[in-house]
Amino acid sequence: MARTFAPPAPRSTVEPGLALRSTRASTPALIVKIVSIGVIVGSAAALTPTLVGQERWGFLIAIWLIAAVIVATYATGRGIPVKYLLPGTIFLVAFVVYPVVATAQLSATNYGDGTRGTKEGAIAQIVGSSVVESPDAPRFNLSVGTTGSATAGPFTFLLVEPESGDAFAGTEEGLEPLDDGAVTVTEDFVTEAPGFTLLTPAEVNAAGPALTELTVPTENGAIRRLGIRQAFEGRTTLVYDEASDTITNSLTGQTFTPQPAGDRLLFLAEDGTRLSDQSWKASVGFDNYVKVFTDPRISADFVRIFVWTLTFAVLSVATTFALGLGLATMLNDPRVRGQRAYRSILLLPYAIPGFISLMVWSGFFNKDFGLINETLGLDINWFGDATWAKIAILLTNLWMGFPYMFLVCTGALQAIPSELKEAASIDGANGFRGFREITFPLLLVAVAPLLVASFAFNFNNFNAIRLLTDGAPFGPANPTAGGTDILISYTMRLAFGTGGAQFGFAAAISVLLFILTGVLAAIQFRSTRALEDVN
Amino acid sequence: MTNLSQPSTALTAVPGVALHDTPPPQVLKEVKITGMRWWREVGWRHVGAAVAIAFAIFPILYIVSAAFNPIGSVASTSVIPQRFSLVNFEELFTTPTIPFSRWFLNTLLVCTVVTVAQVFCSAMAAYSFSRFRFRGRRGGLLSLLLIQMFPQFLAAVAIYQMFTAVGEVLPALGLNTLPGYVLVLMGGAMGQVWLIKGFFDSIPRELDEAAIMDGASHVTVFFRIILPLVRPILAVTGLLAFVGVIGEFLLASIFLTSTSNKTVAVGLVGLLEGDRSGNLGVFAAGALLTAVPVVILFQYLQKYIVGGITSGAVKG
Repeated sequence: MARTFAPPAPRSTVEPGLALRSTRASTPALIVKIVSIGVIVGSAAALTPTLVGQERWGFLIAIWLIAAVIVATYATGRGIPVKYLLPGTIFLVAFVVYPVVATAQLSATNYGDGTRGTKEGAIAQIVGSSVVESPDAPRFNLSVGTTGSATAGPFTFLLVEPESGDAFAGTEEGLEPLDDGAVTVTEDFVTEAPGFTLLTPAEVNAAGPALTELTVPTENGAIRRLGIRQAFEGRTTLVYDEASDTITNSLTGQTFTPQPAGDRLLFLAEDGTRLSDQSWKASVGFDNYVKVFTDPRISADFVRIFVWTLTFAVLSVATTFALGLGLATMLNDPRVRGQRAYRSILLLPYAIPGFISLMVWSGFFNKDFGLINETLGLDINWFGDATWAKIAILLTNLWMGFPYMFLVCTGALQAIPSELKEAASIDGANGFRGFREITFPLLLVAVAPLLVASFAFNFNNFNAIRLLTDGAPFGPANPTAGGTDILISYTMRLAFGTGGAQFGFAAAISVLLFILTGVLAAIQFRSTRALEDVN
Repeated sequence: MTNLSQPSTALTAVPGVALHDTPPPQVLKEVKITGMRWWREVGWRHVGAAVAIAFAIFPILYIVSAAFNPIGSVASTSVIPQRFSLVNFEELFTTPTIPFSRWFLNTLLVCTVVTVAQVFCSAMAAYSFSRFRFRGRRGGLLSLLLIQMFPQFLAAVAIYQMFTAVGEVLPALGLNTLPGYVLVLMGGAMGQVWLIKGFFDSIPRELDEAAIMDGASHVTVFFRIILPLVRPILAVTGLLAFVGVIGEFLLASIFLTSTSNKTVAVGLVGLLEGDRSGNLGVFAAGALLTAVPVVILFQYLQKYIVGGITSGAVKG
C-alpha cells in the first residue's frame, strides 16, 4: 500500500466518521480492481445474447443492475462503507430477499404440475398430440439423435423415407431435408450423424414420454414416433381458432373452450368432456389463501397441522428445558467431581450432525426390529399411530436438544450470585423453596430470549419431521397431510412431494409461515430488547 | 438448518461478549464429608449424571456398534458391539453406487466455500457498521437482524423456480449442480455480521485512528489491523458455520438429485431410506466418519461454545 500524506487532525475531532476518506490505491491493487470490474461487466455482456434470445428480461435487468451497482461502488472513491457492505448485500438480496418476494408472487398463481407453461405452449401441445395415422399415411424409418443427454435431450428425429431413400431431420421447429453426404444411411436407417449422438433402442425406450410428446409439424399435419424404429406422418385432428379461443375437432365437429376447473382453465366441451389435462400458469389472486381457510378438506388439515406445529414447538422447548435445567441444577454443585468430563459427554448428542441422529432414532422406533420395542419388550406401532408418532418425535427431539439447555442453564446458574442463595437459606428457605423463589426466577429472566429462539427454531424444524416420520401416519382421506406434519414439512410435500407439485398453493402456505415467523420474531425482539441496544 | 443454528442465535443475541468460560463460583472452604451425608448431598448427583450419560450415549454406541457389525442389519445390531469388522467401511469406498468419498469431498467443498465467503462478507460488513457512521446504518443493522429471523428455506419453492430459470441460461449454476447449491447458501453471507461487529466494537478505535494518521487507508486498517486482532473469533465463527452447513438437508435434497452431486447428508439419508435394514451398517460407517471430526471440533471448541451461549444467556 502506498502511503499518502494525511495532515494530523486535532485529537478532539477524530471521530470515527472522519475516517471516511479515500486514499489512492497501489498499482497492483488497482490492477486487481480493474480486472475484477472488467470480469463482472464482461460476464454480464457475455450473458446478454442468451438472455435476449430466451426473452428473460427480468433476469437481464437484474444482471446489468448488479454490474452497474458494482461499477458505481468500486470505480469511484466515494461511499466507502458501501464498498464493504455490497458483496454480502448482493447475496442477501438475490438469494433471500428476492425469493421471499417471489414466493409472495407465486402464491397468487396456480403454478404447478400441468400449469407450468404458457397458454400458447399448452395449445400447441394439445393440438400436436392429436395427430392420428390415416391408412395411407407415409411412414419413415426412425433414428433418434440428441445434442444433449440421452435421457433429457434435446432430441432430433433423423428420418429416412424408405421409398426414395431421402433423409430428414425433424424437431419441434419443423422438418428439414438432409443433404446426401450429411449423414450416413445404412439399410434405410440413419446410422451416423455428425453433431448428434444416436440413441440405442434401449435408450429410446427409456426416454419414452419425452419422445412420444415430440411432434414435428409438417405441411400436411405432423410427424410422430411409432414404436422404436418407425415414425408416421399423420393429420392433426384438432384445430385451434384464435379469434374464438376454441379448439375444434375436425372429425367430429365438437368444440372445446377454456373453462375453469379447480384453480385452472381447461379446454372443455359443452357437455363437460375434458380435452386434455394440460393447462397453463395463470393468476388466481387470493384464491390459494381463500382455499386454505374455506375449503373444508384443506382447512381442517391446516388447522390441525397448525395446532400440532405450536404444540410440537412448545413441548420441545419445555421438555428439553426441564431436563436441561434439572441436570444443570443437579450437577452445579462444587462438591461434584468430574463436572468437566460429565459436560463433555453430555454435549455429545448436540455435536452429532442432526440428520444422523434423526435417521438412527427413526430406526429405533421400527415396530418389528426397532431397539425400543425390542429392548423394552413393547409392541407399539410407533409410526402407525399419530399419538405414538408424536411421542416418538418429542422423545427424539428431547435427546437432541437437552444438551443445549443443559449448557445454557449451567451458565446461567453459575452467574447467579451465591450471596443471594446464601441469604435465602439464612432467612430459612429450604433448598427447594430457595430454588423456586430465588434461583428459578432469576434464571428464567436470563434464558427467556434463548427459549424464544429455540421455540422459533422448532417451529420450522423441518429436518426433525422429514427425517423421523416424514409426516406419517397418513390417513386415507388426504395423502398430502400426515398426522405428524408441521407447517413447513406440509408445505414442502405440497411443492416437491410425489402427489404432483402444487407450487402456487405451497407458496401461499409459505407466506402464512412467513407471517407466523414474523410474529415470533417480534416477540423475540421484545424479549431480547435487541432493538434498544443498536449502536 | 441443524440444531446448530441454536448456538449461533444465542451468540448473535448478545454481541460483544468475550468468549471465555465462566469461572465456577469460588468455594470458600472445602470440607470433606463422608458416609450417608455424602450420599445424600453429593453421591446421588453422580447417580443422576450416570443415568443422564446412559441416555445421552446409547444412540451413539448404537451407531458405533452398527458401523463395525459385519451383518449390518437392524435385527443383528445392538447397543453393545458384539462383532468387529471393517466390511462396512470397505463397502463405503468400493461400491460404485455409494460414492462416499465423492460425497465427502462435495461436502467439504461446499462447506469450505460457503464458510469462507460467509465469514469474509460478514467481516467486511461488520467493519463498515462498526467503524463508519453513515445514513441508513441503524436501519441496515435492524434489517439484517429482521431478515435473519426468517429461515431461507421457507422460500424454497421460489428458490427452486429461480434456479430452474438460472439453469436454462447457465447450466453450470442450475438445479442439481454443486455451484448452484453453493450459490443459494451464499444467501447467508451476512449471517455473522452482528456477532463479528460486537468484537470489532471492542477493539479500541485509537488503534485505527493512529494508523490512519500514519497514512494508512481504510483497506490497510481492515486487513492489517482489525482482521489479525480478531482472527480467533473468525476461526470460531467459521468453524461453527462450517459445522452448520454439514447438516443442511432441506435445500440439498431439493438441489442435489444425481448421485455424484450429493453431499454426505443427502447421500447417506437416501442410502438408508432406500433400504432401512440392509444399509444400516454402511450408513453407520459413513455417519461415523462424518460425525467424528465434528465431535472432535465441538470438544475442542467446547469452552467457546459454552462461553458464548452462557454469556448470551446471562446477559439476556
